[in-house]
Amino acid sequence: MFSWLEKNPFFFAVGVFVVIAFAGLIEIVPDFAQQSRPVVGAKPYSLLELAGRQVYIKDSCNACHSQLIRPFKSETDRYGMYSLNGEYAYDRPFLWGSKRTGPDLHRVGNYRTSDWHANHMWEPTSVVPGSIMPAYKHMFTNVTDLETAYAEALTVKKVFNVPYDKDIDGDGKVDVPLGSFEQAKQRAMQYALQVAQETKRQDLVDMVKQGKIPEIVALIAYLNRLK
Amino acid sequence: MQNPAIEYDYTVAKWFSYLAILFGILGMGIGVWIAFELAFPELNYVAGEYSLFSRLRPIHTNTVAFGFTLSGIFATWYYVGQRVLKVSMAESKFLMAVGKLHFWLYFLGALLAVGSLLVRYTTSKEYAQFEWPFDIVVVLVWVLWGISIFGLIGIRREKTLYISLWYYIATFLGVAMLYLFNNMEVPTYLITGMGDPLHSVSMYAGTNDAMVQWWYGHNAVAFVFTVPIIAMIYYYLPKESGQPVYSYKLSLLSFWGLMFVYLWAGGHHLIYSTVPDWMQTMGSVFSIILILPSWGSALNMLLTMKGEWGQLKENPLIKFMVLASTFYMLSTLEGPIQSIKSVNALAHFTDWIPGHVHDGTLGWVGFMIIAAIMHMAPRFYKREIYSKKLLEMQFWLQTTGIVLYFSSMWIAGITQGMMWRAVDQYGNLAYSFIDTVTVLHPYYTLRGIGGLFYFLGLFMWAYNFYKTMTASKAIEKEPQFASPMAA
Repeated sequence: MFSWLEKNPFFFAVGVFVVIAFAGLIEIVPDFAQQSRPVVGAKPYSLLELAGRQVYIKDSCNACHSQLIRPFKSETDRYGMYSLNGEYAYDRPFLWGSKRTGPDLHRVGNYRTSDWHANHMWEPTSVVPGSIMPAYKHMFTNVTDLETAYAEALTVKKVFNVPYDKDIDGDGKVDVPLGSFEQAKQRAMQYALQVAQETKRQDLVDMVKQGKIPEIVALIAYLNRLK
Repeated sequence: MQNPAIEYDYTVAKWFSYLAILFGILGMGIGVWIAFELAFPELNYVAGEYSLFSRLRPIHTNTVAFGFTLSGIFATWYYVGQRVLKVSMAESKFLMAVGKLHFWLYFLGALLAVGSLLVRYTTSKEYAQFEWPFDIVVVLVWVLWGISIFGLIGIRREKTLYISLWYYIATFLGVAMLYLFNNMEVPTYLITGMGDPLHSVSMYAGTNDAMVQWWYGHNAVAFVFTVPIIAMIYYYLPKESGQPVYSYKLSLLSFWGLMFVYLWAGGHHLIYSTVPDWMQTMGSVFSIILILPSWGSALNMLLTMKGEWGQLKENPLIKFMVLASTFYMLSTLEGPIQSIKSVNALAHFTDWIPGHVHDGTLGWVGFMIIAAIMHMAPRFYKREIYSKKLLEMQFWLQTTGIVLYFSSMWIAGITQGMMWRAVDQYGNLAYSFIDTVTVLHPYYTLRGIGGLFYFLGLFMWAYNFYKTMTASKAIEKEPQFASPMAA
């Protein structure tokens, strides 16, 4: 059989394809629907948080930080409750990372504050002596791209039925409003002002008041959301 | 030489060889730089935000995997393909045009894609960072390569496909399937008409996204760093040594075994994550089984040298290839060990993982591509290899570099893993996270030095290749086996 295949490239290629495609079908497909089910209470990211998530991705924070707490005592002691499948239901893409050059961030919102993050991102060694993480000063001047974040939110709402503008927990109120771009932007501005004030940096507050949200503010809003 | 009349056309093979050298130096140069950034963080700021570790790391991985390695794969395809099919590219104007177009589209696409990473366009998925327009270019490049492969097969004189061809075909099919499925994404601008036109959002969410990504990520290693490199060694080692492949049956077993088993093992990247437990176990078990076909190929190559070990002393190209097989064996034993659940609990997220990746990529992939291109050089230019001595020096310098690299990363990774879980007498965590970072400084420094050795070796390679091309002694006819070298 093999020597026949080796003379018939078409059938050879078909054979190879079947053999390699087999595993993916069996491993990935059966659990697909179950894996995408959110845990009770999980909510999609607000516009500002989503914009912050885009900043996180743009500067590849995931190159050094994981967002996956494994079910070991040493990890739950350090980072909090181990990660659950349904908590990631609105993560597109997932950001588990593959290397912890720095600590895990999946629940960093539980134990760090806005001003800690601002100080840390401006000069990491000022709050963590010995840190090898570089400063990300450009995030303090770059302006957040809310339009792209809105485009992403609207896309996932339309294409994947992510529950924006819906009552998720059944209390009769909309949980994560999105609405039009203008409405969403206004809410993001208010939220950004609050975060900027929490950082205790006047330059950030001033920028937000001028209608420009620095990337760092969006990023901190995202990090605070990770709980 | 049954068919002395065929004049093979190496134009495209030469171009891709130049590119392999160029991307090798570029990608590994960045690698050395970011390695030192971890030891000396001030280096992060030399080019402002453009030299930050997190910005450069994806550029390093992509340039080396899809710049250096793919160029090497394409260069060898455009050489080996013609020779084992006994047909010259010059015989078909169409295939020649496809080959050249393949090269130029690949080159331009690679430059644009790497540039896009530098200005922060990334999807964040490892080894699949490129945004959707660049993905489309990648697909086009791949289709062109497919046309080249099957076109050449279509006009072949030798009816039976040699082992190397099996592996090239598998590379083509495997990467096509994996890349397409993992990069399924929705461009947000096309849906909403707003925001950045280059931005897209993944088709899969959370755990599903992770499963697809590591099914891809692991098998990108399979079909870029393993399968095509085996294609190379099955051609170049028998050719350079003048020895027939040890066993046809072993090559059959290894090929079909590898094809069947490799794809299952992706789950070992997700052990103790939130993917289903049965899948993690499958990943673990199949990783162990994977030793069989992997060692099958490697042993088949080493046994090809049976009774001819004297050549190892005489010929530096044989040295490169035999050590490549050996590193392949090391790496394919180390990987399965790391896939065992209890070992993975310690090793995952630590520097042991980059250590493992690099003994495979530097030792196996890098050495094989270096040897292949130096084997081709005298055939390209009808000249001797410029300096055997330089090649020897390169070999030893780079080997030392690899050993420094993986040994320091083994120590670093295990140290880190042990410190993360260490507890004091009351059962509390013994170290804060930063303790587990600062302790690594000496190992990070050592790793940087190892990488630097390897990087310097690349310049010796480039110089030797350039001199072979321009200034070496001409030879009258193409050497049949061992490559001629000036002392």
